[in-house]
Amino acid sequence: MAGLGPSFGRGAMTNHWIDYRNADVILVLGSNTCENHPVSTTWIDEAMEKGGKLIVVDPRFTRTASKANIYAPLRPGTDIAFLGGLINYVLQNKLYHEEYLMNYSNVSFLVKPEYSFKDGIFSGYDKEKRKYDMATWGYQMSPPGPDGKTTPLQDKTLKDPNCVYQILKKHYARYTPDMVSKVCGMPKESFLEIAKVYATTGKPGKAGTVLYAMGITQHSNGSQNVRAISELQILLGNMGIAGGGVNAQRGEANVQGSTDYALLFHLVPGYMASPDKVLHPILSDYLTKETPKSGYWVNKPKFFVSLLKAWWGENATKENNFCYDYLPKKSANYSWIALFEAMYAGKIKGLSCWGENPAVSGPNSNLEVKALGNLDWLVVSDLFETETASFWKRPGVNPAEIKTEVFLLPACGSYEKEGSITNSGRWAQWRWKACPAVGESKSDLEMMNELFEEIRALYKKDAKAVFPEPIVKLNWDYGKGEPNQDKIVKEINGYTIADGKPVANFTKLADDGSTMCGNWIYSGIYPEDGKNLLKRRIREKEGIGLNSEWAFAWPVNRRIIYNRCSANPAGQPYNKDKWLVRWNDTEKKWETRDVPDFGWKDAKTGEMIPPEKSAANPYIMQPEGKARLFTPVGMADGPMAEHYEPYESPVKNLLSGTQNDPAVKIWAADLDKLAPVASPEYPIIATTYRVVEHYQTGTLTRNLPWLAELMPNLFVEMSVELAQAKGIKNGDKVKVVSIRGEVEAIACVTPRLKAYQLNGKTVEVVGLPWHWGWATAAPGDVTNKITPHIGDANTMIPEYKAFLVDIKKEVA
Amino acid sequence: MAEKACLVDVTKCIACRGCQIACKSWNQLPAEKTTFDGTYENPPDLSASTVTKIKFREVAEGGKVKWLFRKVQCFHCTDAGCVKACPVPGALTKLEDGTVYLDQNKCTGCKYCIMNCPFEIPRWDATKGKAFKCNFCYDRTSNGLPPACQKICVGGAIQYGDRDTLIAYAKTRPGFLYGEKELGGLHWMYLLPVDDPELYFLPKEPKLPKSLIVWKDILKPIGLILGGGSILAWLGYHFLLMPQKEKLTKEAEKHS
Repeated sequence: MAGLGPSFGRGAMTNHWIDYRNADVILVLGSNTCENHPVSTTWIDEAMEKGGKLIVVDPRFTRTASKANIYAPLRPGTDIAFLGGLINYVLQNKLYHEEYLMNYSNVSFLVKPEYSFKDGIFSGYDKEKRKYDMATWGYQMSPPGPDGKTTPLQDKTLKDPNCVYQILKKHYARYTPDMVSKVCGMPKESFLEIAKVYATTGKPGKAGTVLYAMGITQHSNGSQNVRAISELQILLGNMGIAGGGVNAQRGEANVQGSTDYALLFHLVPGYMASPDKVLHPILSDYLTKETPKSGYWVNKPKFFVSLLKAWWGENATKENNFCYDYLPKKSANYSWIALFEAMYAGKIKGLSCWGENPAVSGPNSNLEVKALGNLDWLVVSDLFETETASFWKRPGVNPAEIKTEVFLLPACGSYEKEGSITNSGRWAQWRWKACPAVGESKSDLEMMNELFEEIRALYKKDAKAVFPEPIVKLNWDYGKGEPNQDKIVKEINGYTIADGKPVANFTKLADDGSTMCGNWIYSGIYPEDGKNLLKRRIREKEGIGLNSEWAFAWPVNRRIIYNRCSANPAGQPYNKDKWLVRWNDTEKKWETRDVPDFGWKDAKTGEMIPPEKSAANPYIMQPEGKARLFTPVGMADGPMAEHYEPYESPVKNLLSGTQNDPAVKIWAADLDKLAPVASPEYPIIATTYRVVEHYQTGTLTRNLPWLAELMPNLFVEMSVELAQAKGIKNGDKVKVVSIRGEVEAIACVTPRLKAYQLNGKTVEVVGLPWHWGWATAAPGDVTNKITPHIGDANTMIPEYKAFLVDIKKEVA
Repeated sequence: MAEKACLVDVTKCIACRGCQIACKSWNQLPAEKTTFDGTYENPPDLSASTVTKIKFREVAEGGKVKWLFRKVQCFHCTDAGCVKACPVPGALTKLEDGTVYLDQNKCTGCKYCIMNCPFEIPRWDATKGKAFKCNFCYDRTSNGLPPACQKICVGGAIQYGDRDTLIAYAKTRPGFLYGEKELGGLHWMYLLPVDDPELYFLPKEPKLPKSLIVWKDILKPIGLILGGGSILAWLGYHFLLMPQKEKLTKEAEKHS
């Protein structure tokens, strides 16, 4: 997601699941779509029925690969080398969508002459701090005009050596097919076959989509992997069209919803930064520094002030800066790895885990489970007693030595509660309760409501309470027990305070305290009292699968975002059958299938805005209005994607002298061990993943005997050659050992995995799912005991997908 | 009534095995205690609690890999060996829609069906002392619903409908149709990408045992006319089981 925002303006899947059927070529990279998102197979199948091609690139031959027209292996952690190869192929052979590129991207923008890139390092790097100063990555700006505004300079001939086109071409010239093959271990002919087929989508009217998931993001340069996909898709004009897009497939039904509502440490709801202690001590700092001068985000103060009003209601006034001072200010990195490091160091005393099972899902599990033992208290809310809830009685520890007090709250299942989920395609859908909750179990919402009311009562009672205002003055009044959800939905949508009437959408929000809104991107879900659009269930009868009357897609029910780009600057669709919006030049009006994602109609006069105007800024969230091949701001580790090796790698980086992503934070606790480059003790690459039969940490699925029957034990997949060399037979018990720990698994010896040929060196790969733990039926070892505590430079997502191990046959 | 059937396009199966679970869920069949023994395939075989499963096969040739999947269950043959072999009226019946229905209440546990299925489908339910197999979700199909396994199939690999329509459709598709003519016509048919049924664990030319023909056409009618259960059982023992005694012993050992 962190790669999508800077590229296009929003951090979300650009299209949606059903839209896969409109693709001419589907590239599945860093995702095992058919196994981990099995229902999507329906739409992939529809595309293939119409002659669409499926390309699967994966370290292993998966069940998704079994359906593919083309499969090619790729060494874990080398996605950018592969994508850079595709970018280079498209540029060298001029297979890009030229009109799209010239009008809708920043290809012609001039970058400051101070920008440079040398041996894997971009300009502005501070080696000590392991941080970039992004100043030199900015655009060259025009002198201020009569209105005082400056605009980025462009060279439409694309000849200026500082223009994005020239910089891009130079940067990726190193990513030749031979280089791709040497770095990725992908046969050169496979790469060229893929390049040839995928590049056909650069033709106007053709659509190529990239489906990705954690295989792209769970790397130390995961966000840049997303950037590389974005760069490729911009070049080919695959953004904002039906059947195109950069499609982030979320690992759970409501991950998109959870990020939209800011279950992220650096954001508040609606993708606004969480206030920072140094940057934004007071409201005016926040509003000035966080609001750009152009692009749709100029409206940020309206969204942010309305959010403060939602939080503190009538207590939030202009005079008290809408209670901005009540908001905690971020003073450190609170990402997963950082939190567990702090816990391990004894700095955190309490932890509340709702629907999470870090003892199984967290990286370097030996460290993380030990960290749990440093807590005074731990609250776990789940359907079953998870490994996290039972960490104090895990195999090999003495419960008497662990002092943490553990509370297990019985949560009810998704069918036993009401509420909404937002799927990867941004569709917010209501779910009704199918049956009553079992026993004393409760919904998370009810538990949270009761917990908060209790905490507020305690604060009210306590005369010596420190800083009670943020709690006692919070605008929280949802009734007793199970909260009134209609009230919550209305609050999320936003309403005018004076008359209590819902706003039509976020264009009606104000920054003067006259409106309140719990999450501006969802504004429009509840346009009238009692009308919850999340409950809509009208199937599309004809059309291209937008299903615009089924539930609600943020923003303002747009199904395919950036859809101005589906038509040329004159407003004529590139694909006449799969059009989304089109300009009727005779009647001088826009015809729309999807909600336009651009200025198409004057809000006040209702007059149609001619296409030339929106063609200038089709990416409305960006200050410059364009898709970014080169990101002047927003990425911590470089304006363009560059290949670096995973932190544990069997080889040296062939593309530059910089081995690893230079902006990644290195942790230094005693259990934070990393194997050196080309370690002789750990010569094998390991990667982790999920299987269709289990869900996440297996808490739900291992407890369901039918599913446990299908996949009863932890296994490790390896090539026939590796097994032979190690004297391992299919079905043998083996140990997989990394510098951090070891796990026991059953060998799955298969031709679906093959050693990679890396510049003359043969390197084997093994793969392990991570659904097991000691609790519940069908127990098995915790795979994450062997994964590293290394996070992405932008998001801190752990590098679960590429690390080093050795494998040993277990002697009975 | 039109004959109903399922058509499985094996190239569309992704082996998610939703069909295995849907079957157990609808028919309330218990889970088996399994272990991972080197393949994703589990349970290892059909049994009294598993009447459908996906078989997996990995093929490596010329540097390329294929992973093949084929759903296994009763084929509901027109010329059904089990129905022919069954000595008990009403225990195994060929229904109008093509379903081969096994009524466990009437089954006496003679195992003739197990011995005479060319696809080795029926299994011995040791706890009840009866045979058991897929009944094509007759409780669903007779109420206008598709079989549970078809309903759950996300990849569109299984289609359910009128047999004639499915055959006509299959012939418009690339590939080879298995089951149109085999054993008088199967009610579970397969669309294969290559003309090599054995690659997908399907016998090339399935045939009924010769002894079964003598039994079905001559001895069973006589036995039924004579009305003597003991005569029928004696005849059956000599004509159906004796020639296959070895197989029977093996089967018994497997399921004991």
